[in-house]
Order: sequence, then C-alpha cells, then structure tokens
Amino acid sequence: MIPAAFDYHRADTLADALALLERCGDGAKLLAGGQSLLPLLKLRLGMVTDLVDISGISGLEYIKEEGGFLKIGAMTRESTVERSELIRSRYPILLDTAAVVADPLVRNRATLGGNLAHADPANDHPATMVALGATVVARAPGGERTIPIDQFFTDILSTALKPNEILTEIRIPTPPPKSGGAYLKLERKVGDFATAAVAAQVTLRQSGEVERARIALTDAGSVALEAIQAEQFLQGKKPDGATIAEAARLAAQAASPTADRRGSVEYKREMARVLTVRALRKAVERAGGRS
Amino acid sequence: MATHKIRVRVNGTEHEAEVESRLLLVHLIRDQLRLTGTHIGCDTTHCGACTVLLIGPDGTQEPVKSCTMLAVQADGRELKTVEGLEQDGKLHPIQEGFWQEHGLQCGFCTPGMLMTSYALLARNPHPNEDEIRRAISGNLCRCTGYVNIVKAVQYAAARL
Repeated sequence: MIPAAFDYHRADTLADALALLERCGDGAKLLAGGQSLLPLLKLRLGMVTDLVDISGISGLEYIKEEGGFLKIGAMTRESTVERSELIRSRYPILLDTAAVVADPLVRNRATLGGNLAHADPANDHPATMVALGATVVARAPGGERTIPIDQFFTDILSTALKPNEILTEIRIPTPPPKSGGAYLKLERKVGDFATAAVAAQVTLRQSGEVERARIALTDAGSVALEAIQAEQFLQGKKPDGATIAEAARLAAQAASPTADRRGSVEYKREMARVLTVRALRKAVERAGGRS
Repeated sequence: MATHKIRVRVNGTEHEAEVESRLLLVHLIRDQLRLTGTHIGCDTTHCGACTVLLIGPDGTQEPVKSCTMLAVQADGRELKTVEGLEQDGKLHPIQEGFWQEHGLQCGFCTPGMLMTSYALLARNPHPNEDEIRRAISGNLCRCTGYVNIVKAVQYAAARL
C-alpha cells in the first residue's frame, strides 16, 4: 500500500521543525517514529500535505530524574524505555507499559511522545500517564507551556496541542515513598491493541491505608479513562481483598468500551474489572504493602 | 511533489537513489536496489517479513519493519538486509541453523526471522528460549513453525 503523495521535510533542530510547521500550514503533520502515522497514511485513513520528520533532532531522547520529576524526552524510543535501568528499578509501571506496546520491532522505532500525541485511547501510554499524573511540555515558536495529562487528550486522536506546537517532554512527578504502580494488558496476540488494560498507581500511608490511588483504563472511552469513583473509594482504606474488589467493580462500571472483534462490551468490561483487581494488587505490592 | 536524492549504504555498498517522499523503504530495497530477499507480507506493520537492520552510528543493529519507514528516512543511514548475512559464499550460522533445524516451511517469513534473530544474537549471544520467543514476537510464521525456528536460533547461538 502506498500513501497518497505528500512532501517530506527533515528538521535538524526544534526551531527548524517549528518553522517548517508554520510554513507548511494545516495539512502538515509531525513524523516521530511513524509507527502509527505511516500505517494510517498507507491505509489512507488520513491525508497530509507535508510530513515534518523530527526523528533527526538531537536532544529529544533522554530519561532522567531532575527537580522532583522523571523527565522523558518525547522522541525516546519504546525500546529505550524498556532497556532503561532507571525505569526498571524506579518506575516499573512504565516498563510494564512499554513492553506491551505493539511488538519488539515496532518498539525500535515507536516513540513515547508519539504514543501520547497520536491520542488513540487504545494506545497504552495514555492510561499509564493519567495514573502517574504526568504533564507534557509543548513548545511553540513563542515559548513553551505545560499541559496536565488530564487536559491533554480531548477526543479520539485529538489533543490540546495547537497546530504550531510540538510535544517535547513528558514529566512525571517523582512518587512519594511507599508508592507503586502497574500496567496490565489483555491482548489476543502480540502487537494487538488491548482487549482491556488497566494502569494503577497507589501511595500508601505508613499505617498501610491508601493515601492516594489513581486508576486509568485503556480503550474504555474516547480518551484514557480515569476511574475517579474507584479512586475515591480506595482513599483512606486498607487495600484488602474486599476493598480492591469493590474498587475494581466501580472502575469497570465507569468503562464504556465498544464491541469489536476483541469482544463484546460485557466481556471487555468484565476483563477491565479483573485487570483492575490484579493491577491494584501488584501496585500495592510494589508500594511495599499487603493486599 | 518533490523528489529527494538519497544515499544509503546497504550491506556495505553505497547506493544513490532519487525517491518520492512517499516511497516506502521496502520498495526502495526491492524495486530500485533489486534486493528481493526482503519480503512484503502483510504491508500493515504486523508480520515482520520486511524486517531489515538499521545500523546506528554506534554500530547498534536494530531490526525494523521496512514497510513502516520511508525510504527518504534512510538517507545517510546504513542498512543490512538478508543478502548481507552470507560472507564469502559461506552461510552465516543463523542461516545454517534455519537450514539444519528445518526453521522454514514455506520460507516467506524467513528473511525477517533471520534478521531479527541475527540482531538478537548480536545483542544477547546466549538467549534462553523465552528471550528468543519474545524477540521474534513481531515476526509471524504462518506455517506456525515456531518450534524449529527457536531451535534454529539456538543452533546459531551455540556456534557464534
């Protein structure tokens, strides 16, 4: 399959990319890893007049802790996240997530920033970033601004990014002590989108009760869905079996998946419930607590 | 629409080509460079038959799906395709492994399987079975001959 014709431009710097976006106008799109955009163009589900390739810009691939945040450059490849010792030891929820994005070959090209900016609610990072309370940094010719993740996704394949803005960094607040998170995904085969998937991040009090819980569901609505009722239910309670079961029931109730080849609405909701139980248990365990 | 003059090094040979923006890397490799060992399978980023190695400036060899990359993106880069495995008329141990262990039936997925396995062994010379299976999980064998494919990779690992 061949995409409809477009012009290709390679940006060497961020300033270059911003200028190209401005010059090319509304029909232009940024090309990061291209693992969602190119298939979409090949299937002609989307059309562009121009592609601005930002994969050659140096300085947008990094993972570092700084000033109370984990900062990830938008062009960081999924395979780099997977192999990062910092991620493995301190942010296992991100390893859980990166390791189930598409397949290993796709992950050699696919980027974290692209996964978010593509804003497919079936993508894996959106839910995880909601659970982690992330913020994204958007750069425009006039300067940069930060966008909280819960305001970033506006609809299916739509974000709060303006046409002249580029997502440059993802910032995750360093979790307080006794925090842990997990991302669990049910997929029919490697490389498939989730039948259901759940991200959970919890912080426990010294006495063992939940200080703060965040739960987000993949592909359970037009954007990554935060299960707010379930989160509120958990607050202040010991995360025992009955409590987790009730939180999972509330989370599944909030889900509005669509029926497709991966399953019926009922099946997907039930899988979201089961995965919420397991993700919460794992998050609590990683936070050093008992469930 | 503008075309681009690009230079790519494939299996150690420098090539120049003039490509349209939308030309996919796999079409450059097969139709213009006439290296038809790289296959087009699903054409939708699923099957991995089109896998080639993208060689980084630091020498890292990353398997990527050449149906999901533009030819123009390979400008200035170095690639390795299945034709580059054999050296001086002698099969690479990974090729020998697929032969000895019957790692192919119809053979359509084989070029992709070889490139992914080759890259795995370069990164991890002694993978266990789980690591092999994970590494090739983006390559589909529609004959479902995975058992022998794993054996083929193990055969090569023992000889590298």
